[in-house]
Amino acid sequence: MNADRFHTIVTTVENKPGVLARVAGLFSRRGFNIESLAVAPTDDDRFSRITFTVDVESAPLEQVVKQLDKLINVVEIRELAPNDAVSRELMLVTVSADAGHRRELMEIIEEWRAYVLAENAEQLMLSFSARTSRLDEFEECLRPFGIAEIQRTGRVALPALD
Amino acid sequence: MSDNRQMPGGEALVKSLEHEGVDVVFGYPGGAILPVYDPIIDSSIRHILVRHEQGAGHMAEGYAHATGRPGVAMVTSGPGATNIVTPLADAFLDSVPMVCITGQVPYAAIGTDAFQECDTTGITMAVTKHNFLVTEAQDIPRIIHEAFHIATTGRPGPVLVDIPKDIVDPTNPRSAMTWYQATDADMELPGYQPVTEGDRELIRQAAELIRDAERPVLYVGGGVLKSRAADALRELAEMVQIPVVTTLMARGAFPDSHELNLGMPGMHGNYSAVTAMQKADLLISLGARFDDRVTGRLDGFAPDAKIIHVDIDPAEIGKVRWANVGIRGDCRLVIEALNHTLRELGGSEVQADRGAWRSTVSGWQEKFPLTYQQSGPGEKLKPQFVIEQLRDGNPSDTIVASGVGQHQMYTSQWWQFDHPYTWINSGGLGTMGFSIPAAIGAKTGMPDRRVWAVDGDGCFQMTAQELVTASVENIPIKVALLNNSYLGMVRQWQEMFYEERYSEVYLQERVPDYVKWAEAMGCAAIRVEAPEEVAPAIEKANEINDRPVVVEFVTDARENVFPMVPSGATNSDLLVDPSQQHLLEGES
Repeated sequence: MNADRFHTIVTTVENKPGVLARVAGLFSRRGFNIESLAVAPTDDDRFSRITFTVDVESAPLEQVVKQLDKLINVVEIRELAPNDAVSRELMLVTVSADAGHRRELMEIIEEWRAYVLAENAEQLMLSFSARTSRLDEFEECLRPFGIAEIQRTGRVALPALD
Repeated sequence: MSDNRQMPGGEALVKSLEHEGVDVVFGYPGGAILPVYDPIIDSSIRHILVRHEQGAGHMAEGYAHATGRPGVAMVTSGPGATNIVTPLADAFLDSVPMVCITGQVPYAAIGTDAFQECDTTGITMAVTKHNFLVTEAQDIPRIIHEAFHIATTGRPGPVLVDIPKDIVDPTNPRSAMTWYQATDADMELPGYQPVTEGDRELIRQAAELIRDAERPVLYVGGGVLKSRAADALRELAEMVQIPVVTTLMARGAFPDSHELNLGMPGMHGNYSAVTAMQKADLLISLGARFDDRVTGRLDGFAPDAKIIHVDIDPAEIGKVRWANVGIRGDCRLVIEALNHTLRELGGSEVQADRGAWRSTVSGWQEKFPLTYQQSGPGEKLKPQFVIEQLRDGNPSDTIVASGVGQHQMYTSQWWQFDHPYTWINSGGLGTMGFSIPAAIGAKTGMPDRRVWAVDGDGCFQMTAQELVTASVENIPIKVALLNNSYLGMVRQWQEMFYEERYSEVYLQERVPDYVKWAEAMGCAAIRVEAPEEVAPAIEKANEINDRPVVVEFVTDARENVFPMVPSGATNSDLLVDPSQQHLLEGES
């Protein structure tokens, strides 16, 4: 898959009830596909931040941005092309780790700089944060051990520094 | 005014509407909105009690179309709100400024499936420019001011304000608030800053494209009317001598009697309007949105044309067709700036030679005028003939509201629109039943003007109950009911594209009896079946001004609307009237 397809749109929205529904409804009725979505408060409690990744091959990016801009509660929109952004995503994963495989798994965890958040005799719960593509790769490394549960947050991004 | 007295939210709501200059509200009371209806009794605002909430919404639209001021509708929660969804969607697609107040169950009851509860803001999110759920009585004046601001600025549209009962009910402590008259300074809309001035550099580029174009067309849409740009447009067209097409939403924005006006483009447009766009080397789109009914199949639309696209809504620019020059801004301001720039460049003196283009276009106009065959002896009335008689029997400033279907197209084609704001119809949503309530709204806002609704029998049966409203409220509109006993436009498509297999389009010839029905609703009623009766009936209807009048014209169901671009075809495959079809040989 061509990584250039995925652009990140960082919006600042008013922190009001129903704003996420307005944004999600807009994407759905205009036929835009959201690859990932992350919502969080900002340092100003009047506003929240919604970060999307959109597949620009499925939706004309200019239309997505212009339609978003028409939503009264959307205050600011920043569009980040793949090369102009630093992005991260967080994964929490519970993976099987019996005595026979634990050493091998610990080596992988060390190599990837993941963290062990909790453990028992059969399983480890890990946290891992990186670029989305690295999360995909890490997930593939863990898969042979047996993934019991996994959750990912969707990516957030900031503009790259000059 | 620093009148800081305490009052319940309901009173504050009515007072806020008064301060916005509202003179009439179209509405229907009910449980959740009851506390707002009490202070209405003491208000200067005229309330018009409709017979169905859909009527209230279309009346508000008709009022807004005719006056340019936002129309206001007020209904209760639940079914009241759902019944007004269609007018909201209609106003959204046609950019009609409108504010709709809906009652809601008490704030604490929201989400409990209370009696007459529905998620009004959720349901209407996709069909309004914006909507509000007010949670505190103290916010009412500010939010009402914001609602009117949003409805009337930028690209106009419908705004809904949902009001829980507890914040307007004087017996509830949550309704207590301290009155303030909200101003722009009170607004909290950090994400809403419409841009009205066009970019100067882009305007200069547009002026140069216009100057150099050999086959240009001014493609004029409803935005020209919304921005009150008719005078500026006329100045532009006359300076550069470029032919004008006015879309269904823009009829009247440029006089039909003007030699530069080619009429309506699109699926049922005039041959010369459609073909001039097809052959153009430059389309100057002013407040139009390249609707599929105008463009036909997109990949064959105006293939050689560069595009200048002026629109207040930047999302329209490039949405359908890429623009060589896209100018975001208010049409009136941009056209005025364009006129100024064109004059700076040398005005009419420096325009490219368009002599050949003008003679080509006028050749089409002569060869392919709108036409129809008069009815023979014993045949029913031709709908086009009825519209022509209506046109000739009324002053040119008559306001005409139509429903949706064949009668709408005949009216747009055969009426002569020489003034802005004389044509009111449902273009984008295509809402059957629009005309009668819209005409009532228009007449309410413009009581000194003559208002005719042109309706079909299918449409009439959807909203005729509002003629009771018109009778009781003394709003003497006139209705020309073109009764062909069919859903005519659907019948036309079944005839042309479904091998004349007529499925569920026949409405019955003898039922209902429209004359009796109209009389039962308090209207005067006339039935017309013969051509020689048409003009006298119109004259008689025009003499009755103490109540609404319904004139039923029994028309020929076999008649079809031409020209027509078949669905899915390009505009180059326009079908003209069968009597002209042989003339298409040699045109390419």
